[in-house]
Amino acid sequence: MKGIINSLFSQRRRGRTVSLLIVTIAFIVLQAMVMSKSLSRLLISLLVPVCAYIVAAIGLNLNVGFSGELNLGQAGFMSIGAFTSVILSGILNANGISGIPVLILCIIAGAVMAAVIGWLISVPVLKLQGDYLAIVTLAFGQIIMSLINNLYCGIDAKGLHFAFVTNDIVLSEGGKMLISGPMGATGVSTVSTFTAGFILVVIALLVVYNLIDSRRGRAIMAARDNRIAAESIGISISGTKTLAFVVSSCLAGAAGALYALNYSSFVATKFDFNSSILLLVYVVLGGLGNMSGTIISTAVLVVLPEMLRFLQNYRMLIYAVVLIVIMLVSNNAFLKTKAEQLKKKLAAGKKGAAENV
Amino acid sequence: MAFLSYLISGLGLGSVYAIIALGYSMVYGIAKMLNFAHGDIIMAGAFAAFFAMTGAGLPLIAAALISMAVCTLLGVTIERLAYKPLRNASSLSVLITAIGVSYFLQNAAQLLFGSDTKIFPSVLSGSFSLFSGALSVSYLSVVTILVCLVIMGGLTLFINKTKTGKAMRACSEDKGAAVLMGINVNRIISITFAIGSGLAAIAAILLCATYPSVYPTLGSMPGIRAFTAAVFGGIGSIPGAFLGGLLLGVIETMAKAYISTQLSDAIVFAVLIIVLLIRPTGLLGKKVNVKV
Repeated sequence: MKGIINSLFSQRRRGRTVSLLIVTIAFIVLQAMVMSKSLSRLLISLLVPVCAYIVAAIGLNLNVGFSGELNLGQAGFMSIGAFTSVILSGILNANGISGIPVLILCIIAGAVMAAVIGWLISVPVLKLQGDYLAIVTLAFGQIIMSLINNLYCGIDAKGLHFAFVTNDIVLSEGGKMLISGPMGATGVSTVSTFTAGFILVVIALLVVYNLIDSRRGRAIMAARDNRIAAESIGISISGTKTLAFVVSSCLAGAAGALYALNYSSFVATKFDFNSSILLLVYVVLGGLGNMSGTIISTAVLVVLPEMLRFLQNYRMLIYAVVLIVIMLVSNNAFLKTKAEQLKKKLAAGKKGAAENV
Repeated sequence: MAFLSYLISGLGLGSVYAIIALGYSMVYGIAKMLNFAHGDIIMAGAFAAFFAMTGAGLPLIAAALISMAVCTLLGVTIERLAYKPLRNASSLSVLITAIGVSYFLQNAAQLLFGSDTKIFPSVLSGSFSLFSGALSVSYLSVVTILVCLVIMGGLTLFINKTKTGKAMRACSEDKGAAVLMGINVNRIISITFAIGSGLAAIAAILLCATYPSVYPTLGSMPGIRAFTAAVFGGIGSIPGAFLGGLLLGVIETMAKAYISTQLSDAIVFAVLIIVLLIRPTGLLGKKVNVKV
């Protein structure tokens, strides 16, 4: 037993164990609170979106933290997953399928679609480096948003109908519009549940931790730390970066599907540049390469603006100030050295205590 | 003839983008940071000019000067309070701080001035016709293009001929070496922010003269466009920002006129991606070779 615990908390596996423990405990506590009705309606309505943002942020952290490439278009991949799932759930509902199977199929479809498009995009994107790469991901995010914002899709007895820019879809009796351009997706059957969100978060964590613990994952980090040295020992830079990028967009697609099936209607501009930036903020505040940190910071930062509602108009102002102050404090050289001194002292104290025994 | 008139209005719009992009590019060249709050400084400039003209009833030139003073002060203050403590931090921390500053400015403006759209007073209307009435050119486009050319010329002279300009070039090349040569790098960075923010005020007035509405999130879209323009031309390069801005304005106007208004955004960004694929550091950007 002790051996198992030791191996779970070994240097290599600690991150995985801690993050899985955090989400499991959080899930059990929150589920108990939902059951005993001690959670406000507002918070209950935030449970699924928080899970979706956590999954997308975990993906982004793989890209930014482990692969070292700044991605300013993660919301675009969420959007692909979301609208893919809207179309698929429309088809499934028309064929009389509803409930959990729809959710599972939609999440898979959203993830696959986002991964395929992520792979297509990664070819031109990963040719570039640094800030140029970042701006191209921004550009793709904007293009995806702009295209979906002009997409019309309806379903009737004859099947799916698509239109672009101008809505010339004529549906037969009993038909239904799924996506109506700038009006967004409408009439989505809401099947997402908190349990499904929790399972998706666990899957995302397992995928990312298994990847970074593998030979491929070490190659990804080597390519981040020193491109030239990694290349000289035979690591394919573009291969490793593509892998990280595709897994990241795949997770965002799954997150988008989960998010979409939680709302009966939403618009494409929900996944704009600002949401990409917000995801990046979650990742950076949580700590690059730190999944537990990402989970906590995402949950706090999604819920915080809602909790600050009593401050009315001042809430986003305070949110902005909090953001700046965290950045200034965490990068303050004086505080950094003090924290390190404290750490050393604590470590020395522990050692001393152990020797005394 | 229609093509020519689109070209002129595109150059007018592009001139505004170019002026904003200069601010992005100069700050990037010297402080090596993406100043995401630059767009919101435009918004502050627009509000300053709006209140100077409607509230105090000042003429355009006085309002422009006040707006420039407000923006310059704001830019330098932001740099001092938020960016200076992060001089040695990772670029991502600086980026997030800039985003925080951007949120702060937008929400502060919303609290102070309300979220409703205010109508900017018309400053320069009318047009003249060329080719016996076949082509009508608005005075505004001409003035915008002229202002942009003057700024571009002035800035090039400043960077290449003055001592401060020389110090700026030194800082952008190698900060450590610049310090050893006795250059006060902090002062140079402050000056860069001051110039960039002052230019943002001019851009704000030109922008509001074209689209006469003032609101708290006014700066975000032109900000992203100008950022794109700066990358398009090669970020850090001043002629690059100028060229990138003009091209972006023309492409956007042409896309709106000949292809689709709704898709103009997608087309602009698609062109950017194609350009970066052919020239990975922008049109006039320098290629940096890494030595092992």
